Amino acid sequence: MSLDAAASWVAVLAFFAVILKPVGRYMGRVFTGQRTLLDPVFSPLERRLWRWAGIDPQASMTAVQYGTALLATNALWAVFAYLALRAQSHLPFNPQHFPGLTPPLAFNTAVSFVTNTNWQAYAGENTLSYFSQFGVLGFLQWVSPAVGLAALAAFLRALAGRSLGNYFVDLTRAITRLLLPAAVVLAVVLAALGVPETLAAYVHLHPLSGGSTWLPRGPIASWEAIEHLGTNGGGFTAANSANPLENPSPLTNLLEIAAMGLFPVASFYAFGYVTGRPRAAWTLIAVAAAFYLAMLALAYFPEVAGNPVLNRLGLHGTANWVGKELRFGIGGSALFQASSLAFTTGSVNAAPDSMVPLSTLSLFLGLLLNMVFGGDGVGLLNFLMFVILTVFLLGLMVGRTPEFLGKKIETREVSLTALAFLVHPLLILGATALAVSLPAVHDTLNRGPQGLTEILYGFASTAANNGSAMGGLEAGAPFYLWATGVVMLIGRYVSILLLLLVGESLLAKKAVPESPGTMHTDTPLFGGALFGAILVLNALTFLPVMALGPVAETYLLGAHRLF
Amino acid sequence: MWRAVLVVSAGLWLLVGWAYPLAMVGISQAAWPNQANGSILYYRGKAVGTPLLGQAFNGEPGFFWGRPSATVNAAGQPDPYNPLNSGPSNLGPDSRALVAHVARRIHQYLESTPGLTVSEIPASLVESSGSGLDPDISPQSAAIQIPRVSRATGLSPAVLRQLIAQATERPVFGLFGRPRVNVLLLNLELVERLGHRPKLARGGLPAR
Repeated sequence: MSLDAAASWVAVLAFFAVILKPVGRYMGRVFTGQRTLLDPVFSPLERRLWRWAGIDPQASMTAVQYGTALLATNALWAVFAYLALRAQSHLPFNPQHFPGLTPPLAFNTAVSFVTNTNWQAYAGENTLSYFSQFGVLGFLQWVSPAVGLAALAAFLRALAGRSLGNYFVDLTRAITRLLLPAAVVLAVVLAALGVPETLAAYVHLHPLSGGSTWLPRGPIASWEAIEHLGTNGGGFTAANSANPLENPSPLTNLLEIAAMGLFPVASFYAFGYVTGRPRAAWTLIAVAAAFYLAMLALAYFPEVAGNPVLNRLGLHGTANWVGKELRFGIGGSALFQASSLAFTTGSVNAAPDSMVPLSTLSLFLGLLLNMVFGGDGVGLLNFLMFVILTVFLLGLMVGRTPEFLGKKIETREVSLTALAFLVHPLLILGATALAVSLPAVHDTLNRGPQGLTEILYGFASTAANNGSAMGGLEAGAPFYLWATGVVMLIGRYVSILLLLLVGESLLAKKAVPESPGTMHTDTPLFGGALFGAILVLNALTFLPVMALGPVAETYLLGAHRLF
Repeated sequence: MWRAVLVVSAGLWLLVGWAYPLAMVGISQAAWPNQANGSILYYRGKAVGTPLLGQAFNGEPGFFWGRPSATVNAAGQPDPYNPLNSGPSNLGPDSRALVAHVARRIHQYLESTPGLTVSEIPASLVESSGSGLDPDISPQSAAIQIPRVSRATGLSPAVLRQLIAQATERPVFGLFGRPRVNVLLLNLELVERLGHRPKLARGGLPAR
């Protein structure tokens, strides 16, 4: 392993280890409505907002009320974004005079950003006005992670035996207390390190080699900050964080990786803080960290070994540089890709389509498990879904009534949780099966197993609300615009709503006192069982299709078979 | 509830959809205007580029070449280093086209550079980048181009080696990133040393 790769990995892992407790504790305080340092700034504003909105911030909602409010705000934002993108040419801050988007593209883009997916079927630098970037999609990059954090806050309070709380208060506090302070600092630092931050038009350049070209720019630093802190991942430009305008140096690369993991990682500690069970939180942290490290290794070592077909040409060095940027190296690329897929950010600093197939398995691990720390709020929610399933499975094995955090897990909770689990594979496998049985199967750049992988990756990414893409897929083809839009919507809201119901149902139960027969969920034994259960449940679901895609391709590549 | 939905959405929109980006633009423009405006480079009073973005020098023997770029124009035709349509080739590792492209670029280097052998060419120099705008090459990628550039410009290899050394950026804190040469900055130094731009070959070799 190179010094550069090792140093950047150690720096990022050390960062997460250091922020885990203080930021997790702070998140816990925000989730439980305690005082924070920022109260003098925001509390007066918020009180005024509650008055105008007619909200009693103390009054708790039921799960149905919470879910309805969540859906209503999201629907409003999606409609607003759709209309604004359609009408882009009539709106301000459009120095390049870009026209409005077509209906399917506007639908896909609005849905994509409101669901925290940020799947992009367009190239920002030649499609979107500055207003569409910061006032429309930028706005959605704030509220969509806040929705995830709000849902998590409600679920954690329910687990802790408190009330479900008020959606509007959670939503607002997630922005004012968590995302905003971090984004302000990060945006200014990124701008200092070379990321443009301006509202002025593109610059006409006269290159040394003759001809003419442009320097595209815009309010990119402020976009990058929330893109990563909000685990959004939609790039200001098409190449996303591979574009030097968005990610100009090894240092900005590390900052963006740290930003995307900040809240997902810390929220695991917040779980322990809010429920008063720090040991249970450490078990979950250990399991998620094990998956994260596996993803890092899988994204790095096969790429260093390189592509056997290219290595036959006899060049200097074996590493696979196709689709990678020199300033990040293989180590910085693997670290960014694995992190972005673990935290379901979906930004990329290298081309997933050109990675060797064994390394794409690392990316799939993030997309399919969807709980390796995961996106802001929803990552931990997904993980807790697996915890409840595991408690149930273990309960069946040893013949005990399953309990989690002192509450019995019974038919209703298990049914809802199992349903939430099944949505993800159903969406991915169902949509892929549909696509390959239609002419849409031909809308891929690459042939052979890689073609199937591109389609599968597209639906896994949209179902997980990740948003990264194997760019060979024609994301702008009408079938994919509509199909990925529907997949993003179902993938986002069904599991959030089901888990709110699970939370409320657990909240209503009486706590059972601990007895010698209680199965503990805060031991290494349970951690091991949890790791195994997650692996087995997902392997049973996804192994066949993985064998047809990246696994088959690995063997064919070894035999130097080209397509 | 609709009142709450509308009022809270409007409040948040004003805060993060307007106040945040405008404030960040204001602060960045005041604190570091050069970076915030795109770190523009000037040569004889004209904006020639930015160290952030690579440019299409490939095929011009008198300039150092950057990594291959797979960007396309609005019509989908190859248009290397098109800053308005950043992106990779997206060719899979088992793509016949990928292998053909790399083989062609190797041939291009061997043909234009006296005394060069395949095993001296770094893989990164003939494999296209993730953005299509990668501004950097490795020091060795610059070094193997010296014979060609020397022949085309008349500058001695020793001078070119010195220019490369000057343009080589070291890892941050000696740890993060790898040593790299910014091709545009290197070519700017080259032009300044020459006192004029190298004669352009035009339509010589493709830059893809």
